[in-house]
Formats: sequence, structure tokens, C-alpha cells
Amino acid sequence: MTDNITPNQDTAPAQEPAKGAVVLEVRDLSVDFGVDKKWVPAAIGLNYQVRAGEVLAIVGESGSGKSASSMALLGLLPSNSRVSGSVRLSGKELLGASAANIREVRGKDVAVIFQEPMTALNPVYTVGAQIVETVRLHNEVSPEQAKERALRMLELVELPDPEKAFKSYPHQLSGGQRQRAMIAQSLSCDPKLLIADEPTTALDVTVQAEILDLMRNLRNKLDSAIVLITHDMGVVADLADRIAVMRRGIIVETGTAEQVFRNPRHEYTQALLAAVPHLGQGGAEHGEEVDVTAALAAATHAELDSVDHEELVRRERENAAALAAAAAERPQGEPVLELTDVAIEYPKQGRVPAFRAVEGANLVIYPGQVVGLVGESGSGKTTIGRAAVGLLPVAAGTMRVVGQDISAAKKNGKQLHHVRRHIGMVFQDPSSSLNPRLPIGESIGEPMFLAGEAKGSGLQKRIEALLDQVELPRSYRNRYPHELSGGQKQRVGIARALSLKPKLMVADEPTSALDVSVQAKVLELFQNLQKDLGFACLFVTHDLAVVDVLADRICVMQRGRIVEQGTRDQILRNPQEPYTQRLLAAVPLPDPEKQRERRELRAQLLASGVE
Amino acid sequence: MKTNREIEHFVAPVEETPLLATDSLKADQAPLSLWADAWRKLRRRPLFIISAVMIALIIIVALFPGLFTQVAPNDNCQLANSDGAPSAGHPLGYTFQGCDVYSRIIHGTQASLMVGVFSVICVLLIGVTLGAIAGFYGGWLDAVIARLGDIFFAIPLILGALVVSQLPFMRDNRGVWTVVMILVVLSWPQMARITRGAVIEVRNADFVTAARSLGVSRFGSLVRHVLPNALAPIIVLATMELGVFIVAEATLSFIGIGLPGSIMSWGNDIASARSSVRTNPAILLYPAIALSITVLSFIMLGDALRDALDPKSRQR
Repeated sequence: MTDNITPNQDTAPAQEPAKGAVVLEVRDLSVDFGVDKKWVPAAIGLNYQVRAGEVLAIVGESGSGKSASSMALLGLLPSNSRVSGSVRLSGKELLGASAANIREVRGKDVAVIFQEPMTALNPVYTVGAQIVETVRLHNEVSPEQAKERALRMLELVELPDPEKAFKSYPHQLSGGQRQRAMIAQSLSCDPKLLIADEPTTALDVTVQAEILDLMRNLRNKLDSAIVLITHDMGVVADLADRIAVMRRGIIVETGTAEQVFRNPRHEYTQALLAAVPHLGQGGAEHGEEVDVTAALAAATHAELDSVDHEELVRRERENAAALAAAAAERPQGEPVLELTDVAIEYPKQGRVPAFRAVEGANLVIYPGQVVGLVGESGSGKTTIGRAAVGLLPVAAGTMRVVGQDISAAKKNGKQLHHVRRHIGMVFQDPSSSLNPRLPIGESIGEPMFLAGEAKGSGLQKRIEALLDQVELPRSYRNRYPHELSGGQKQRVGIARALSLKPKLMVADEPTSALDVSVQAKVLELFQNLQKDLGFACLFVTHDLAVVDVLADRICVMQRGRIVEQGTRDQILRNPQEPYTQRLLAAVPLPDPEKQRERRELRAQLLASGVE
Repeated sequence: MKTNREIEHFVAPVEETPLLATDSLKADQAPLSLWADAWRKLRRRPLFIISAVMIALIIIVALFPGLFTQVAPNDNCQLANSDGAPSAGHPLGYTFQGCDVYSRIIHGTQASLMVGVFSVICVLLIGVTLGAIAGFYGGWLDAVIARLGDIFFAIPLILGALVVSQLPFMRDNRGVWTVVMILVVLSWPQMARITRGAVIEVRNADFVTAARSLGVSRFGSLVRHVLPNALAPIIVLATMELGVFIVAEATLSFIGIGLPGSIMSWGNDIASARSSVRTNPAILLYPAIALSITVLSFIMLGDALRDALDPKSRQR
């Protein structure tokens, strides 16, 4: 296959499947895992096919068997698994093929892009060496030819400086660049089939948007069949031609993207689509939906090909009218949290110097207000959340919590101790935020007991009341965290945070580790509790759509600074800061048509030189 | 069965794929703590059953040696029986001094086991306390404790024991407690290290931060939240060290700086059997076998515990 190495990329080699030919055909594929001497099914009787140049998205929540079934195609499952059925790659049966044959297919005919590029690339070799290795494994070419090809692949995935990337080690590249390098490696042998297993899940939204753009370009250029495994309906809407929805090992619905999004027939697909929060939909209170695309278009004076000019102007006007109508509510009472020019540092540890994560932050939260703090990884949003609870020291400026200045408070001192009683905190990872050795009733009751608020049967009553509030059965009091599902654990976490009737709740990405349908329920619960109990809330998240559901005000952070803040309407209907605009434009919409508009707008934003 | 390959828009029959309530859980089982879970796993493992039965037997022998032999170990030593062959009532024969081998082994169990158990208890007290403090508080405390541990860690057991046992106080009071002291002084750093590592791993878990943010004191969170979650490797190490300490006692007794000759122990028996190795090696073999079986039991138990307690082997 040395002719694949020739620089002539545009003319597909003769043995490449013609456009539209079936590349992958899966029939009655079943996967079982042996757990405790029993076979537990992970996928049952799957049937699908993928054609050249087509993207099939396999969508499902955790435990749906989407990853297991796809890894089974390549025989990459652990040894305690059992696979049956038929997998044909261009007519050649893969299941039951000899180990040598399968190895021949892996990397050459079928390539995989993994979720976490940091762990999927070997940290002790340069990116270039790893691509060269893949190329030479499957092609008899000289090292020079292989290098040339590797460089061309790195160029193909739009890395800014291929020569430099070739010589870099994985840790020297950013997350997005690593994922590009991974894609370059997987494409280096012209695979007929590309399996992308959650390719953008570990990335920030703006980077995700870039990778999705890249994958769309590559599909048009290379004519490979792509199987995209994801849980994110936005990603699906952006990229997929056809969709298979999986649940508990069964495909419940397949169809074109149009069919599934416009006319979902299976109950589960409908529930799943309803559960996906999308930017602009608003929460129960906010009512009206915001046309973020139009807002962005207005803010940046963009003209869209996919939308009629008149139409766009109309939508922009509607938007402006709604913004004007939204009377700015006067906040009442003493601020619960007040940051004035706050800088926060991670104190120096040993020889590692102190690191300033937040600089010049100004933020005010009034009683009963929900403020969403949005930003990408490393923007310092979590840092502010932790500092508000006194877990991190304030390096400069003043931070007032429930009326007390804690910026000078001594670490672990009495004052902090006192202030903490008014703050509840909900953590991101429900599994690690509960002590695995304590029954959940004790976890919930501990703060009340320590604060001397309740004891004995009084304490038990309070615990039961809290479990009722988060809609968990009272009998769960004696259960241990590992017996609960992720969503239930997060409910316990919320109950614990509520136990001292806090005035301020700091929620650090409380739903990002959960499946969408579970996330929807937890968000709904959180919203109801907030309304009933009236606590103020600092809601830290990377997901704009989640903030949109909950928040009254939105703060956008970038590189340790708050770059824009305002009411939800101000931020969504009239974003002023280029970064905010870019962030909004990068969020994929779970609707193929609207996503097309959004994509065009984003391309214009980038083209117009917005940094 | 119809396949969905050719159908453009396939929908699975809804009645076959019903929607269950999201986020529901089977509530018919009794609550199960991680310890109970480990115990359930453990009690089905042959490795655990065998080692537990043997250890139980050894403990009974140590507590009630009279149940297993009527022959007093030291009273009827007659040089006429020196190196004598097994006879009725004396199944393993006689030592060089003409004492009953079987009886000596049975009665020697107590001293060997005592050294092991007390050493482990002391090592746990010192090692876990220092290790937990070092790991949890960090900073200069950590540095001091770590360096201190390194100093003791660097001393070889035999050499260190030789030096320590020559201290006047130790020389005058030789007995079970001096051996325990020697072993503890030279072995606590290992326990401290393991504890420190386990504590550091748990220290930054969200649930500790959560407890702190809800008003639990620093020390309270260490005792209530960190330590229970760091216990697994400590328990495993303690079990294995028990076996190791029993061997160490035998080693020290063998070179004459362990238990005094007046206390019966396997190490002393092995030491005194040296003189008859050529004529009657069986005398040396029997206490050695007793020693091996005991150590093996504890190490097997440690292995079984590690499998049951190690969260990484847990499939959740």
C-alpha cells in the first residue's frame, strides 16, 4: 500500500471504497462481561452499518454499552468479555479473525481516537516518533518517507507549526493540540473506518468546537467512515449524519440526524432530548427563550448565509426588545458575598512558588440570588468558589461573606469557623465527596451534630427531613455511598450542604459528572430547593447551558479574570466581550439546523480576527 | 426478527424497552458498609479460610498449651534420652539435653506469638500516629518525621539489634519485652511510611474538604474521615509484619541476643539444635517447620486481606 504514501492526496487510491459504499456492517453484535462468574450483557443484538464518508453517532448515557460495543469491533475488550455476532469491514469478517489479522486491521483499516489524549499518547516519545511508528508498522517505507508523511498528517490536522509539533512531547502540547496529534496519528494510514470514542469530552467548549470543525473538514477530505461515540447531543447535532440511540445495551432508535432530532419516536429518545439543557432555553422562571445566535449576530454585525437577512433582522429586533423589557430587578438586603479587587493565590509549597489563580475579581451576590460563574478550565472559577468558603487564602482585596470580612481571617481560625456555618458547599464528583466509610445519614447529620444544633432523636428527625427535601427515601439513611447511583449521591451532597440552613451555597460543577437525564433531575431539584429556601448561590460551571437554566446573573471568567458579568439577559442577549461571544458561539446546540447557523456565525467570528 | 439495517428510521418496540424511573435503585438489600462488603468477599476465599483456621489453632496452642501435651517441657529432661528417637508419648523424640521436642514446640508457641503480637501493636501505635501526623499536617513536621524514620530505616536489623541489645538496661532485663522493644525501634518507619502515603492519598479527597467546610475541626477530620479510609493498607501490612516479627525473634534468639535460654521459644530451640544437626537434624527441623507454618499463615492472611480491602480491585 505504498501508494498511499504518495503526496498526491486528492485522488483516492483504487482500492479505497467508492463514496457511499458500506464500510462497516454490524449484525447481531452482542457483548457480555463476566462479573463474579455471571455474564452481564453490555450490548445485545446490535445492528447497524456505516458508509464511506458518513458519520454514525452512537449516543447513550453511561452504562448504555456504546463504548463496549465499539471496542468489541477491534477486539480491544478485556479478557473477561464475550462477543458474538458478525462485524464486517468492507465485507471481511472481523470477529473470530486470527490475532495477526486483527492486528493488521487495527491502526491501518480502523483507527481509534480516544477521549483522553494525554493518556492515549505515550509520554516518553515525541508525537512525531509515535506517528512514524504507526506509519512504519503498516507500510514498508523508509524513515524519511514516514517522517514526511507524519509531517503532512500534522499539517492536515491544522496544527499551527507541524515541524515543532513533530518534535514535541505530549505534555508540551495543549489539550486541543494533543487531540489533533492523536487524530493525525490515527489518520496516518488512511483508515477506512475511524472510531472516535468521546473525542471532545475532556476538552473545553471552544477547543471542542475547533476539533469538531477539524473532524468535519477531514470527513469531507478523506472519505472515511466515522463512528462517533458520545453522550453529548450538541456534538451529535454538529457532526452526525445518522444516529443510533443506545440504552442498556440495546439500540432503541436509529435514523438520520434530521429524523431523530425532529421526530424522535422512542420514548427514551424523547426523554433524552428533553433532558438536554440547551443554551438560551432558560429556566422555569426566566420563561422566554433567548435566540443566542441572533444576539451574537447583532453584537458582532455578522451576516449569515444560512439565515435570510430580513429574518435575521427580525430576530435581532425581538431580542433587543426583550432585553429592554427585562426590567433590572433591584437586589435587596445586605450582600451575602462581596468580592472587591480580590486576588487569590495558591500558597507556595516547598520550592513550588505561589501561583496567582485569580486577579482583580469583583463580584456581589445578594440574598436569594443565583450567580453563575462560567469559564473554561484554568480560568480560576473553582478557585473563587473555594476561597469563598475559606479554603484558600485571599492574597489581595477584600472578601466579605455574610457581612464579615474574611480576607484577613486566620487559617482555621475561629472567625472562619463561624462564617462556614452559613455556607454550604456541593462538590463536583459525587463519589469522592462522601466519606465511603460512613452511612449517608451520618454524613448528613455530622455538621448539625458538631454545630450543636441537634442531637439524638432530634438529629434523626432533621436528617429525615433533609432526605425528604432532596427526594430520597428515608430508609437510605443507613446506606453507604457506594450503594447509591451518581445522582443519588449528589442529592445526599446537597442535603448535607443544606443541613445548617446556609445563607450562601457554593456549588462547584455539581452536575458535570452526571448523565444528562440525571443532571436534569438534579438541576430541577436544586432549582426548587433554591426557590423554597431562598439561599443565595454561587454556581460554578463550565457549561453555559446549565448556568442558563439556573442563574439570575452570569459572570464569565477567562485566565483568572472576570471578563464580563451581568444579568442572564444581558449576557445572552447582548454579549459585549469578544471572549464571551466566542464562548457562546462554541456551545453546540442539540439541533442540527440551529447548529448550522451557529457554526457559520462562529466561523465569521473567528475570521473577523476576534482573538 | 426484523433487522434495522435497511430501515431508515428504526424504533425499537417500546414495550420491549420500557423506561424505568431514572435514578432508581433496588432497595431490597440490607445496607452494606465497605467493611461488611470486604468481609463478605473474604469469607468465601479459600486462602483466607485456610490461614484463618491455622491462625486460630496457633492462638489456641499458645493460650492453652496444656491441652495439647501432658509432658512438662523442662521437668523430665534426662541426659539418658539425649537425641533420643521418638517413643510412646514423645512423638518427635528428644533434644540434645534429653527434653521432649513436641512439648517444647507446643510451649514455645506462646513466647513466639507474644513477641509478634506485642511488636505489631507497638509498631501500629507509634508508626500510625507519626505517619498520620506527618501525612496529614505536612510541612516541617513531615520533614522531621520522615528524616527520623529514614535514620532508623537505614540500620540493618541484625546490626541494630546487636547494638541495642548491648545497652546496659537491655542486657540486664532480657526477656520478651526487650525483644519487642528492639523490633519496634527498628521497624516503625515502615508502618509510618505506609500510613503517611495512605493519609496523603485520602487527605485531599473531596469528602475531607466537605467536612472541613462544614465545620469539622482539623484533628476531627483526620480521626473521623481520613484514618478510616487509610486503614486498609495498614491492616494488610500489620498482618504481614506479625509473621515477619516472629521470624525476627527466632533470628535474634538464634544468634543469642533474643530471648534468654530460660524462655522457651522456637528460636531458642533452633539455636540449641545446632549442636545435633549432624547426628539428628530432625530436632532442628520440627521447630523450624512450626515457625514456617505460622509465618506462612500470617502472610497468607495478609494477602487475602489485601485482595479484599484494596479499592483498586473493587469493580465499582
